[in-house]
Amino acid sequence: MTGLQIHLSIYDDEKQLLIGLQRGDNDACTCFVKQFAPLVYTQAMRMVNDPDEAESILQTTFIKACAKIGEFEGRSGLSTWLYRIATNEALMFLRRQQTPRVSIEKVDETVQPGDMPHNLNAWPIDPAHQVLDGEIRAQLELALVELPENLRLVFILREIQELSTEETAITLGLSISAVKVRLHRARLRLRELLADYFNSEGDAQ
Amino acid sequence: MIKFDPQNTAECLDILSQMNQYVDGELAAEICHDLEQHLSECQDCQVVFDTLAKTVKLYRSLHDTPLEMPTGVEERLLKRLNLN
Ligand SMILES: [Zn+2]
Repeated sequence: MTGLQIHLSIYDDEKQLLIGLQRGDNDACTCFVKQFAPLVYTQAMRMVNDPDEAESILQTTFIKACAKIGEFEGRSGLSTWLYRIATNEALMFLRRQQTPRVSIEKVDETVQPGDMPHNLNAWPIDPAHQVLDGEIRAQLELALVELPENLRLVFILREIQELSTEETAITLGLSISAVKVRLHRARLRLRELLADYFNSEGDAQ
Repeated sequence: MIKFDPQNTAECLDILSQMNQYVDGELAAEICHDLEQHLSECQDCQVVFDTLAKTVKLYRSLHDTPLEMPTGVEERLLKRLNLN
């Protein structure tokens, strides 16, 4: 093992990492990137579903994080803080992309007929008793991308980023009830997409 | 494939609208009791509940499961930050 690796490993500890970052230590920065870049990239990718844009969000997020690391107070974890920056970058990109969304916002704050469960077969797998294999994981990501953006964003923030309903509402500029309805709709839609996958995967019943 | 038919299952629709909160454990106790009663008598709703809960569980596990970054992404990021 080389000296460099031994030196870097002290930054596995988040406190040490933060001290290193705030001191402007390059090794700390490199560790910071290696540890968190995949998570930030993934977050961006799930939100915008575009690899080039996800990479650009990743870069902007780290540039901003490094510039503002002195202001980081450590009230949340480093990853939470990074996610917040990345989320805002992704939202800015999506807003730039979009033609007026006002009309879309109005109509969908109730469960729609298309959200109703159709596939009523039980699933052959129990995720609680199973390590996720790569194929199921890929399937989860695919289903996520199929959700309309307004449902997907709520679902990602609430369920995957584990923000509260209130935090999600503030981040997306939505009412609490809109967040709840969209989360419900997103779950139902994803359930349907996964049901079709799991039922075609498992042995015929 | 079976269709969730609102014609003969008005109660099922009610149950469905409460299922989200039920999955999150946010439903008031009395309503929980009625819902559980219905689930024990209605196989369709039982399956929807069960698979909805599994869906949520599966996605929550993605929280700390990053995608693999395409080749070059990390390298370009380090370069952007003048770290190599
Ligand atoms: Zn029912």
